[in-house]
Amino acid sequence: MHSESGFMKALKCRECGREYPLAATHVCEFDFGPLEVVYDYDRIKKSLSRAAIADRPHTMWRYRELLPVANEPTVGKQVGFTPLVKADRLAKALGVREAWVKNDTVNYPTLSFKDRVVSVALSRARELGFSTVACASTGNLANSVAANAASAGMRAYVFIPADLEQGKIVNSLVYGANVIGIKGHYDEVNRLCAEIAGKYGWAFVNVNMRPYYAEGSKSMGFEIVEQLGWRIPEHTIVPMASGSLLTKIQKSYQELIKLGLTSESSYRVHGAQATGCSPISAAQKAGLDFFKPVKPNTIAKSLAIGTPADGFYALKVMKETNSAAEDVTDDEIRDAIKLLAETEGIFTETAGGVTVGVARKLIASGKIPAKDSIVLCITGNGLKTLDAVNGHAGQPREIKPSLREFEGILSPAERALVNA
Amino acid sequence: MAQKVRIPTPLRKLTNNEEVVEVSAATIGDAISELQTRYPGIKERLVDESGAVRRFVNVYVNEEDIRFLQNQQTSLKDGDEISIIPAIAGG
Repeated sequence: MHSESGFMKALKCRECGREYPLAATHVCEFDFGPLEVVYDYDRIKKSLSRAAIADRPHTMWRYRELLPVANEPTVGKQVGFTPLVKADRLAKALGVREAWVKNDTVNYPTLSFKDRVVSVALSRARELGFSTVACASTGNLANSVAANAASAGMRAYVFIPADLEQGKIVNSLVYGANVIGIKGHYDEVNRLCAEIAGKYGWAFVNVNMRPYYAEGSKSMGFEIVEQLGWRIPEHTIVPMASGSLLTKIQKSYQELIKLGLTSESSYRVHGAQATGCSPISAAQKAGLDFFKPVKPNTIAKSLAIGTPADGFYALKVMKETNSAAEDVTDDEIRDAIKLLAETEGIFTETAGGVTVGVARKLIASGKIPAKDSIVLCITGNGLKTLDAVNGHAGQPREIKPSLREFEGILSPAERALVNA
Repeated sequence: MAQKVRIPTPLRKLTNNEEVVEVSAATIGDAISELQTRYPGIKERLVDESGAVRRFVNVYVNEEDIRFLQNQQTSLKDGDEISIIPAIAGG
């Protein structure tokens, strides 16, 4: 059945509550507040149950009623339902009773959580009649827009800071997208894209499609709860760039409670930033409900947003849920990347290093009690940011193809492993 | 002392769809007042009841965020370009 709006009712300004039609528009004309999708939860309640979800394919679209498309998705139908890994070795290293890794390093098709938001944004863009899609990106979003647009036969323009990691640049170019490198940091890319979006009639996934796009992040939270046996985790640690993911994880938990799919429980959603770009965590630690923009300088380029659009809301969510924020240095990020790799066999990009590093700090400081259970949102794959760890992960030992040479380089302890 | 102001889409209804308008102002605060004189109603879209620039409005002078300058006291010179841009999401 074709529908104009599906389970959506309208767009609504988060600041003043004015309502707008379900078009490609993202800010309130009155106060520039961000617009958010309003759903018909009464109808959703009749359609969505644990049993109904269990019968559906293992993708993010099993929660389709809570995602903002009018009809069945047409782009990214395979995205999501990434593994939730019980991380016992990591838990032990962090000094916490139980840890889980929500592993979006293997999200389909471009190995980051951005595939979630892009499948929603592009499916909705098609419904609204667009054939050209675009984005401002720190890398992962560009990769995802490029790949998903290619598979959907849509034209793509992606705008990135020119100094991004090589892996992320190639990962956009290969799909045939038009890649524009901007000589500036992400906030400048963003500003330019806002101006381009105002002039060109394209679907900019994180500008005029933002109300739809951002909702895709909720699927990560839905999956975590379902994979834990319909239980909300005590602590979720979420990396913050614009702060959007943190607010949407919290929203996903609230929606599942509202729909009776899980029971009300107390939970915390902690925010993680890199010290070199920490406007939100700095504000949270200072007890402020507003942040001061910064000029980013960190290896965690995917989190390097100095003027975080959802910073106010992320601060509000952390305050309401009695959660904490913390930040880690570049060295701590690299250490944390190695820790996750060596304990769980999961190679994350720098943002995941931020998440693991912050978890370690929050546990060490007692803000996350050692007796509790945590979920770490690991949002992107380490193969994309090799530059960040290259030279810090050690070097292979090189020898000629000779047994004598091999045994010559072994330490006495290694030689003792002869029958291990 | 003339400056160009780029008007974002959500405000163009107030500027008769003009994308770029000229002002002649000494500071950002003055520029906002001048816009208000010519396009009544535009000021309340940009600043809140306390007079501060609204939290989801970003104002740039020659591509620099005024929060890194002197906010509304940021002084303007001839030929400066002012952009008014809504905050946008991450990527």
